[in-house]
Amino acid sequence: MKIPSQKTKKLVLTSDAQNALTRAGFSRRSFMQGGGALIVSFSMAGILAPPDARAQFGGADAPPDSPPANQVDSWIAIASDGSITAYTGKEELGQGMSTAQIQLVAEELCVPFHRVTLTVADTSMTPDQGVTSGSQSHPANFNRNNLAGAAATARQALLQMASLKLNLPVEQLAAVDGEVRSKNDATKKIGYAELVAGNKFNIKVNPGAARKPASEWTILGKPIPRPDMPQMATGQFEYVHNVRVPGMLHGRVVRPGAVGATVASVDESSVSGMPGLVKVVVRKNFVGVIAEKPWQAIQIAEKLKVTWNPGPGLPKQETFYEYLRNQKPTRDTMFVNSRDVDQKLADSPVVLKATYYHPYQMHGSVGSSCAVANVQGDIATVWSPTQGVWHQRGSLSLLLGLKPANIHVIYRRGSGCYGINGADAVTFDAAILSQAVGKPVRVQFSRQDEMAWENYGFAFVMDERAGLDAQGNITAWDHESWSPVLGNRPGYNKPGNVISGLLAGFDPEEFRPRSPAPDPSAYNNNGNGVPSYMAGQVNGAAHGTGTIKSERSMIHNTKSYFWTGPLRSPQRLQNTFAHESFMDELAAKAQADPVAFRLKHLSSSRVSDVVKAAAKAANWDARPSPSPRARKTGVASGRGISCVAYEGDNGYAALIAEVDVDTSTGKVSVKRIVVANDCGPISNPDGLRNQCEGGALQGMSRALGEEVTWDDQNVTSIDWTTYHSLPLGFDIPKVEVVLLNRPEEEATGAGETAITTVAAAIGNAIFDATGARIRQIPFTPERVKAALAT
Amino acid sequence: MSAITLKVNGSTHTLDLDPTTPLLYALSDDLQLRGPKFGCGLGQCGACTVLVKGQAVRSCITPVEAMQGVEITTLEGLGTPEKPHAIQKAFIDEQAAQCGFCLNGVIMTAKAFLDKNPKANEKQIQQAMSRVLCRCFTHTRILRAIGRAKQEMAR
Repeated sequence: MKIPSQKTKKLVLTSDAQNALTRAGFSRRSFMQGGGALIVSFSMAGILAPPDARAQFGGADAPPDSPPANQVDSWIAIASDGSITAYTGKEELGQGMSTAQIQLVAEELCVPFHRVTLTVADTSMTPDQGVTSGSQSHPANFNRNNLAGAAATARQALLQMASLKLNLPVEQLAAVDGEVRSKNDATKKIGYAELVAGNKFNIKVNPGAARKPASEWTILGKPIPRPDMPQMATGQFEYVHNVRVPGMLHGRVVRPGAVGATVASVDESSVSGMPGLVKVVVRKNFVGVIAEKPWQAIQIAEKLKVTWNPGPGLPKQETFYEYLRNQKPTRDTMFVNSRDVDQKLADSPVVLKATYYHPYQMHGSVGSSCAVANVQGDIATVWSPTQGVWHQRGSLSLLLGLKPANIHVIYRRGSGCYGINGADAVTFDAAILSQAVGKPVRVQFSRQDEMAWENYGFAFVMDERAGLDAQGNITAWDHESWSPVLGNRPGYNKPGNVISGLLAGFDPEEFRPRSPAPDPSAYNNNGNGVPSYMAGQVNGAAHGTGTIKSERSMIHNTKSYFWTGPLRSPQRLQNTFAHESFMDELAAKAQADPVAFRLKHLSSSRVSDVVKAAAKAANWDARPSPSPRARKTGVASGRGISCVAYEGDNGYAALIAEVDVDTSTGKVSVKRIVVANDCGPISNPDGLRNQCEGGALQGMSRALGEEVTWDDQNVTSIDWTTYHSLPLGFDIPKVEVVLLNRPEEEATGAGETAITTVAAAIGNAIFDATGARIRQIPFTPERVKAALAT
Repeated sequence: MSAITLKVNGSTHTLDLDPTTPLLYALSDDLQLRGPKFGCGLGQCGACTVLVKGQAVRSCITPVEAMQGVEITTLEGLGTPEKPHAIQKAFIDEQAAQCGFCLNGVIMTAKAFLDKNPKANEKQIQQAMSRVLCRCFTHTRILRAIGRAKQEMAR
């Protein structure tokens, strides 16, 4: 492995990282550069991975100086005291991923949980695994490659090394509690530390190395408590907000006066002489101030007189969905097209049409985003809550004009992000300000900085159209949607994909119009554009989870005025809201029970099984909707179901909601939620439950209250009185989680399944209770009342 | 700037601060405490909550000049990982967090309430927590942990 010379670079490690290294007994960079004698000199023929297997899952473009994903040493180190350090690019965002990864390594290496230290996302130490997102952490690190593959390969190597040392065949050896022992002679054993002695394995990850079967698991699959919980509960945990660097100053950004506004002039004299002022920084349309203390920076930023050239103005929110549907140009993508949909619909005795609306929603992290940057000369260190440290290193190098190798990005946990919140933007802000002053600068967004300029979750208009035959079977299904986009994650080279990069002069990802859409060349249901009930036929094969063969699904992307980016279950949640609400409308039209109607149109047992499991646990009352007791006066009660094959094949969930609708006020109270989830083999059932419970309630908040609002110039949902997240005091439903464990399957994601299904389940329950269909999120009391009146 | 004297978790500190500085900045920046968090700066989410004379106070909108001489308790003033307070232990036992950023406000608000209302029922607890935000929506566990804390604290 080659690592470019880093002569000028001082490696700055946080205390936690430094402790992990010291404990492991070596300097990580020198270790990765090849320091230390090699003892594994025997042939490992047969277990070598192909030489170019660098960074599978998100790392195909990994920088040449990132630890290569196909090397065991990139993932696992055994120190001279027998402690094990594992390195991962998949971050702990609050979803419990660190605990699960420690369990994985401890399990595969046959050591107690506490003997493994996990080093997370640091460009001086960990492999480039892209971003921690998209429910990809389990698929990436718990199947055959990367962390799981490395741990399994390491165990295999330890057994082989011990076989040589003990002069016993591998078959007679077992790895137990950090030692390799003879199965037959208790006196014959050797510890890992003695076998490896702080040296490298120097072998490649073998995707064929035998994983421990789930039947033998003693650590994985168990509800092991999160090791960070005591520190979090006692105020000891170091979030990025708590990073303090000697000599650190405090920055504050001054965002444009309107969406799309540009700087006309900045009157620095308006703040001259203010206490603590260090510098006013202007770079193209980026404006920020630096002060000695945070409160000083806030006051200076408020006082600074900036004149903005007005922006282009914003489309009216009241008519936004109509505007979106007609917006040009578009970029069109076809997911499936059997080319017979129009004909089949014309031949169907019954055709149903409906349009669903989903607003822009925000990540709305409870803690405003924060980062610390220390840019001095041509060297930079940043502490960032980014979801991808290597990506950020790349985009920072463009922003700062520094060599990537001179930038050290250290992940520090922020407030829960649920996708791209202000994490990358605030890191860019801190870096720009730090570079301008040559000293470390911490930036913490104001609530408005966070909420008015983040990359919102996608707004959608979704048309659904389907036919029914005389027997109540779906004959054909057509899905067509419109969704605006601007920016995205910054990746390696697009700092302009978030507000700070744009203001500093970088362009966002170019919008490339394309219409009509070309035929799909491969099946891609990553965004759940294709309903679970379609067969998903591309190139003559059916890739979907359903039975409907006459199928078409497409999307028109348009250019957004607001920043957009992944928000927990991007596109999938919106599409699933439409598909699963419409499926309910079809079932009602066919006078069929919504569960039975779904099962009839599913071909995948993974989806069917979660539907059945949820129905069983909820004691589902099998009958058509609306309920025979449905009413539009008083308090009406009903139940609804929804399900998803997340991204087509990356996790499965079905969710049943039971609601009360106060028809006089339009208020919806969710009384009970039952969710059944299948993510393959379960790593940590308690962590998984936590994800399902949180997903269910976050989905409920998004379904009932959350919507980005704006006037003719600016976003107006800028705090918690104008953006409506359900607080702790709302009537919390009883949440029951049913876990389907499938140890024989590959691991899938689990953080975005439950949330994807909530809105439709609630909407379907409202229909069941009242006979009124609500097709626009959020289901505010006003909208519910309007639906009841029609 | 003025000399401001703050009593925090049993220690007295004299800081040179603009008297209008919100208490949160004194705690998290000058004293480098990690418990109280900046969430909104508007007193809306609760992340910055501290206890002053047993009351839950939102430190992001409370100027330091108003806090001179009174005893201020932060989350780290309740207990440590080795010796957590009963309410902290309840949260650990229930694994009642995801990102954990809101925990400060949740625990401090709940503690202030339970101290005064040791026999509160579930509905009253929920009402008391109605101005605290958790965006990971760990609500069911949080309320379970508060219920457990109520029982432990009554002993």
